[in-house]
Amino acid sequence: MERVLTTPIGESEVRKLRAGDVFYLSGLLITARDAAHKKMLERGSPIPLEGLAIFHCGPVVQKKGAEWEVVAAGPTTSARMELFEAEFLRRFKPRVIVGKGGMGEKTLAALSEVGAVYAHFTGGAGVLAAQAIKRVREVHWLEELGIPEAIWVFEVEKFGPLVVAMDSHGRSLYKELSAVVEKNMEAIRARIRGK
Amino acid sequence: MGLVETLAEALARAATILPEDVVQALREARDREEGPARVQLEAILKNVEMAKAGKLPICQDTGTPTFFVRFGLDFPRLDEIFSAIPEAVRKATKNVPLRPNTVHPFTGKNPGDNTGRYIPAVTWEPVPGNSVEIHILPKGGGSENCCALKMLPPGVGLRGIKEAVVEHIVSCGGLPCPPTVVGVGIGGGADLALKLGKIALLRPLKERHPEPEVAALEAELEELINASGVGPMGLGGKTTVLAVHVEYAHRHPASLPVGIVVQCWAHRRASVRIHPDGSVTVSQ
Repeated sequence: MERVLTTPIGESEVRKLRAGDVFYLSGLLITARDAAHKKMLERGSPIPLEGLAIFHCGPVVQKKGAEWEVVAAGPTTSARMELFEAEFLRRFKPRVIVGKGGMGEKTLAALSEVGAVYAHFTGGAGVLAAQAIKRVREVHWLEELGIPEAIWVFEVEKFGPLVVAMDSHGRSLYKELSAVVEKNMEAIRARIRGK
Repeated sequence: MGLVETLAEALARAATILPEDVVQALREARDREEGPARVQLEAILKNVEMAKAGKLPICQDTGTPTFFVRFGLDFPRLDEIFSAIPEAVRKATKNVPLRPNTVHPFTGKNPGDNTGRYIPAVTWEPVPGNSVEIHILPKGGGSENCCALKMLPPGVGLRGIKEAVVEHIVSCGGLPCPPTVVGVGIGGGADLALKLGKIALLRPLKERHPEPEVAALEAELEELINASGVGPMGLGGKTTVLAVHVEYAHRHPASLPVGIVVQCWAHRRASVRIHPDGSVTVSQ
């Protein structure tokens, strides 16, 4: 049975998610990369974000008549947003951050404090992402920031699969994995040197 | 169909259809994984199918179009190939469409057609005969950022090479969108080592280097890297690389250059062949 979370998502609902869980998202997914994070922290968000999902993504879009159509929309590397995300989470209270590659300690602490998760979407799977985006509801700061950096408000239906990589209880799959990898590397180094 | 159209068609196929050997390697990886790693590979395979069916680019980063031309020394129409390559890139950028990915390093200006100074990058290799092979390798930015050159002291020998490659690929974690394909170029010089690493990517997966000791190194590097547990997308698992390919050149006695080239799971390729009778074929 596929687990689907629909926005707006409440705190108690998001706290049920545990690192390693897989889910799909329906509702509103809002793109924000470096420039959008920075500007929203300076000027406030053009739309209320509480309970919604943020997507680290610069989409490929084309205009068909009056409507925007999303061609490909894979995630970008989330590490760049570590500069802003903790403050962003505390101030705007989105419940889900979608990206790839994981984030650092400051974000992990803010996820616990606010009640939110960081969810990984498969890097490069831009077509899979685009087919779950049913409509572009609105776009903000398009002229100022350009297509990849603008704030795109997507209506999504079963967007995923999303893997909970950092949960609201202080667990990070990346942190846990790096300890495992380091241990494996000791054995690998010994094998190389012993041969 | 003229050469420009044929090359543009090959670029379109490279961007939208993942070669069967890569798809097969991804399927095998999916079958041996579980948990988050399996979820990633299932998503990748679904994405690949949807891209093919919809004739859409597999990834939003359609890469830098990179060409390798092996031309027969007796081939009479080299000038045609020379001018057809950038023209085909412009055409494919508009028609597929490809993301315009060439940016001036000082001004940031993007010509919008995937061409520019030295771009598309073309490597010309003369060979005997009168036929031509044009290999196309669209190279994404995320995996290109994980390429590296190690100038090792020759005294470290084969063990040192293994350690350098394994440490580097594992340290990249999920950044290059694993499971990756890794090309390793040994010897030659700083530039040639990296070039050989890239040329190593052109070989189909599962095809080993013809020399047994090089083939053995490829197999051992694959096993060592996959023992790290980095896994698909750096979320943990058994498959960090789909393959490691090694090429080599003779080296200076004082130098042991090792060029490490990383390619994401979307290992996109296509080839155009001009046969001695003038006929042209496209393959992947």
